[in-house]
Amino acid sequence: MVPISYYLVLSGILFACGVCGFLIKRNIITIFMSIELMLNGVNLSFVAFAAHWHQLAGQVFVFFVMVVAAAEAAVGLAIIIAVYRTRETLNIDQVNLLKL
Amino acid sequence: MLSIHLILFLAFGAVAAAGAINLLVQRHPINAALSLIAVMAALAGEYMLLGAEFVAAVQVIVYAGAIMVLFVFVIMLLNAGVEEQTKGSRVAIVFGVPGMLLGSLLIAWVVLKHSGTGDVAVGALPGAPNVIGQLLFHEFLLPFEVTSILILIAIMGAVVLASKPPVPGGGPAKKVQD
Amino acid sequence: MPIGLYILASVIKSAIVLLVLLTAVAYTVWLERKVVGHMQNRWGPTRVGPFGLLQPAADGLKFLFKEDLTPPHVYKPLFLAAPLIAVVFALTSIAVIPFGNDIEIGGYTIPLQITTDVNTGVLLILGVTSIGVYGVALAGWSSNNKYSLLGGLRASAQMVSYEISLGLSLVGVLIMAGSFSLRDIVHAQQGHFWGFIPNWNIFHGQIIGFFCYLMAAYAETNRIPFDLPEAETELVAGYHTEYSAMKFAMFFMAEYANMITVGCLATLMFLGGWNGPLFGPPVLQAILPVFWFVAKVFCFLFLYIWVRGTLPRFRYDQLMAFGWKFLLPVALANLIATAIGVAW
Repeated sequence: MVPISYYLVLSGILFACGVCGFLIKRNIITIFMSIELMLNGVNLSFVAFAAHWHQLAGQVFVFFVMVVAAAEAAVGLAIIIAVYRTRETLNIDQVNLLKL
Repeated sequence: MLSIHLILFLAFGAVAAAGAINLLVQRHPINAALSLIAVMAALAGEYMLLGAEFVAAVQVIVYAGAIMVLFVFVIMLLNAGVEEQTKGSRVAIVFGVPGMLLGSLLIAWVVLKHSGTGDVAVGALPGAPNVIGQLLFHEFLLPFEVTSILILIAIMGAVVLASKPPVPGGGPAKKVQD
Repeated sequence: MPIGLYILASVIKSAIVLLVLLTAVAYTVWLERKVVGHMQNRWGPTRVGPFGLLQPAADGLKFLFKEDLTPPHVYKPLFLAAPLIAVVFALTSIAVIPFGNDIEIGGYTIPLQITTDVNTGVLLILGVTSIGVYGVALAGWSSNNKYSLLGGLRASAQMVSYEISLGLSLVGVLIMAGSFSLRDIVHAQQGHFWGFIPNWNIFHGQIIGFFCYLMAAYAETNRIPFDLPEAETELVAGYHTEYSAMKFAMFFMAEYANMITVGCLATLMFLGGWNGPLFGPPVLQAILPVFWFVAKVFCFLFLYIWVRGTLPRFRYDQLMAFGWKFLLPVALANLIATAIGVAW
């Protein structure tokens, strides 16, 4: 038997690491990966709460999160490729002009 | 007493937390991507412990096997190098790392303090594929269809954004280029 | 069954399966060289042992004793990890594959499978094989060589694209069996229809699904006609250009182990698994299912080699166009037709 709070703490750690990565990273791809990390942390708490409340809806929600993450990854990486094509950098500090 | 459940939880949890912290420490995007894959695989193990076997399988197939391959592909395609340190990132480290520590401590304290939440057993809520399917296609039919439209739009958007800009003098309308 | 005995049985089964799998990998290489040799009017290996049967052992020794070069410009951690990733996940995916019915030893029922029957067996195989992409992609990237990088890029794009068709071609079978468990899928294919035709999925409405699976599987395992990631006429050797000795051998083993896994999955999903005519004394009846299973996998592997001896290589844009514009719609149409047929 593991207390459900352990799962939630782990989920919190992952989410906090995601937020931190989002703040301190300067490479667009890594920032994007931090967002995925946050989504993963949230997914864990969804599944843990599903087990706690005996509601499978929590697990179904994880699927929706995954679908949104997949859509986001496809569009986001396409945007990154487009940005790289025009700016030739992945550093977000250098992507600071609306128009070249 | 350390039950085998707790040991497994701690092992997977340690891998996940170590991967997440490694993602912050690593300067090269491909190392960050690999540590994220480790996090996802460890989370699949946690889902298995919670009984959500279908979610675990989908986590490995979709997250680790498709989304992260896309990331690694883009890193390889753009030949992303080691991250540069700038003034902005130093400021972010000064405020971000303490902020994260404070945030996670706060979450942990609140959760552990108010843990009137009880224990969960191994395989607490078996999420068999057929039961999940029943839910998806009956109760959650509308959200399911909406997400399918979302992903269709995402496919089209990705194709439009990532396709080569049209050659000057021919092809469809020229987008704003320098 | 007590837990200690269960673990003991699992360890013994793992050891046996690993031994058989590695031997099968070695002799698939021998078989391929021999068969392709005869197709091209040559002899293939003949020198080492009768019919060159000891050639795999000689090759293994050579791989072990060759100098293991690590070029100076590579990114070392990933360069070392990539072959390990490839071979570990290739060998892991065999774990959930059942080889026959349960057998009874000393009053205990032991499934002929490393794990017990898992509810999501098909998904686990798909998941583990999809992780295997990283071995190829990282090998290409970490070698720091343009040919390797192109090979790695091609491999990751190709595998992600064809995985969709592979998955969709299996869904038809899943609908017909109503389960993700490989054992249930095989049990659903027992018996005959019209008196003599076996009730295998390939004869029972999934012939299009089988061909979609076949083509997607060839692309997933990087085999001719889809072996673009290692196309030696244009990319030297693709992603493993910079690898030598045992590290190269690991990629080699991973490729053939993947072929065998794909063959096992095809046998279970489309060719009726271990179903086949049973006759003779009880001992023979116990062995025959495993024999049928192995024979079907062997036929599938022979088909692989036959195709290699016959077809030329695609161009890369043709490969992508084929995957997205032909194979995916056909697999979807097959899925819809199967769904309508089952709902009828």
